[in-house]
Parts: sequence; C-alpha cells; structure tokens
Amino acid sequence: MGLISRMTTFVKVKLSRLLDRAEDPRETLDYAYERQLQLLQEVRRGIVDVTTSKRRLELQRAKLQESLDRLTEQARQALSMGREDLARLALERKAIAQQQVTDLDRQIQTLEQEQAKLEQAEMRLRAKVEAFRTRKEVIKAQYSAAEAQVRINEAITGVSEEMADVGLAIERAEQKTEQMQARASAIDELLASGALEDLTGTRQDVVERELARISVTESVEAELAALRAQLGQGESPKQLPEGGQQ
Amino acid sequence: MIVRILTEGQYRVESSLYDQLNALDNAIVEAVAAGDEARFQSLLTELLDTVRRHGIPVSPDEFVESDVILPPPDTTLEEARHLFAGDGLLPG
Repeated sequence: MGLISRMTTFVKVKLSRLLDRAEDPRETLDYAYERQLQLLQEVRRGIVDVTTSKRRLELQRAKLQESLDRLTEQARQALSMGREDLARLALERKAIAQQQVTDLDRQIQTLEQEQAKLEQAEMRLRAKVEAFRTRKEVIKAQYSAAEAQVRINEAITGVSEEMADVGLAIERAEQKTEQMQARASAIDELLASGALEDLTGTRQDVVERELARISVTESVEAELAALRAQLGQGESPKQLPEGGQQ
Repeated sequence: MIVRILTEGQYRVESSLYDQLNALDNAIVEAVAAGDEARFQSLLTELLDTVRRHGIPVSPDEFVESDVILPPPDTTLEEARHLFAGDGLLPG
C-alpha cells in the first residue's frame, strides 16, 4: 500500500468516527453543525495556545539576551582584576547562552509557522461551516424526507472530511507546542538555578554536543583575546608552572 | 476525481492524472523504505505540485467526498513512517 492509500484510509477512518449519524436526518444536520462550531472553538483555542507558548519562548529569549550582556561585563571585570579563570567561566556561560538563543529563535519560528497554519485552517473551516449552515436550512425547507437523506449524506460527508483535516492540523500543532513547552520548562529551571552550562546536554546527540563544546571553547578564546585587547593587556603567559622563573 | 491535500483543501483533477500520482506514490514508498529524507521531501513536493498544477480548487460551499487524500505539505519522513506502520501520522 502506498502513502496515498494509507493517508486516505487513515482520514476516512477518523471521519467515520467523527459523526455518528442520528436516526432523524434533520437532527443529524443540527448535530453536525454543533460539532463544527465546537471544532471552530477548538481551532481558536489552538491558536491561543500556540501564541502563548511563543510568547513564553520570546520572554526566555529576552532573559538570555540580558544574561549575555551581564556575562560579558563580568568577564571584563574578572580580567581587569587579573582573574582569567573567572573570565573564562563567564565567557563559557555566555557562549552557551548564545547557543540557546539561536535554538530558541528556531523554535519561535516553528511556532510562528504552526500559528499561521492554524489561522489558515480556521479560515477554511469558518467558510465551510457558513456554507453548511446555509445548506442545512435549504435542505430542511425544501426537500422531502427521502430526498433530504441523500442531500444530508452529501453535506455531512463533505463537511466531516474538512473537520478531520482541521482536527489533524490541531493535533499536530498541539504536539509541536508540547515539545516546545517541555523544552521551555527546562530552560526556565536552568535560568532560575543559574546553571546554564547544563543546557548543552539536552536533546543533542554526541556529535552535536561535541561540536557545541568546540564552538564554546573557540568563542571563549576569541572573546578573551578581544577583552584583553580592550583592556590593553597582552597575551597572558600560557601555563607557566608555579614558581617557574629562571 | 476529487483530491484533498490535507491542511490545504480539495482539488478537482482529471482522472487521467491518477497514473502519474500513483507513480510518484510508488517512488515515495521507496524513499521512505530507504530512509532518504531529501528524496522523500522532493517527491512529496512534486506529488502535491502535480495536483495543484492540474487541479481546480473546490469551492467551500461545495460538499464532495474526496477520492484520494494526500498528506500535508510539511509531512516529515518520520510521520510518513508512522503512517506506513499503520498508526496514523502522529507518533504515539
């Protein structure tokens, strides 16, 4: 079986669960309409959820951004007091926070895309629901019971598919939002504890972690050199053994 | 023939397009089996573009059942795998 038939079957199974036909055809119409309005509410809630999560990430991004400036200042102070070890530590934290900012930017972008998709889905469903409402009234007013049944089946089937489609969009957005929320909670905790360095360990594979570590080291060295230049200090002697003067 | 692209809407296309869609579908099955993400993405895009290019969008006030339903444009290889495993588009 190909992807097309799998997808078709999957949606049709969902669809048949979506609307249990009532005995009275006219009741079916009203029931289906109720369900559509509910779904419309759900999409709107989904949009709110995604927007809220996005704001949370933006807030974290702002906090991390602040910590970047603070850590640079700490490194400068440490260096001017001759404490290269402290300067190094501050710059390491800064480089890690910088990586988190980049990561957050990507996540914020993902949520923006989900938001746009849900807004699209809401628009499409709203048009469909409006058309269904009109159709429903026409069927009720103009058709005999036997004729109505055929029209009702058409309308219900058509709208159910749209509902299954929108339902799927909501599920996917929810799933992405949940992933981001879990990650956001982790960052919140670490921001609170000040232990930014632990963040490099989350969700990355060994290679990514190693690359991130190398990039932290490189960035620390570059920043140290820049700060030294600003403070008018030359390159500090490297690893002179204790009392190593000749 | 009515084709739905999930998250996008329905299109009315000539039935003669079916063979072309089917050929792309077969290639997609192979790409998924091979775990080839790049090829999967480009084939999926081609599949959906074929429908968009040859199809006429169905108006919202028309109520028709789709003959064929295609996955959303942003479907990942992982999601396709879940679909093949018979547990829908979403993991879990």
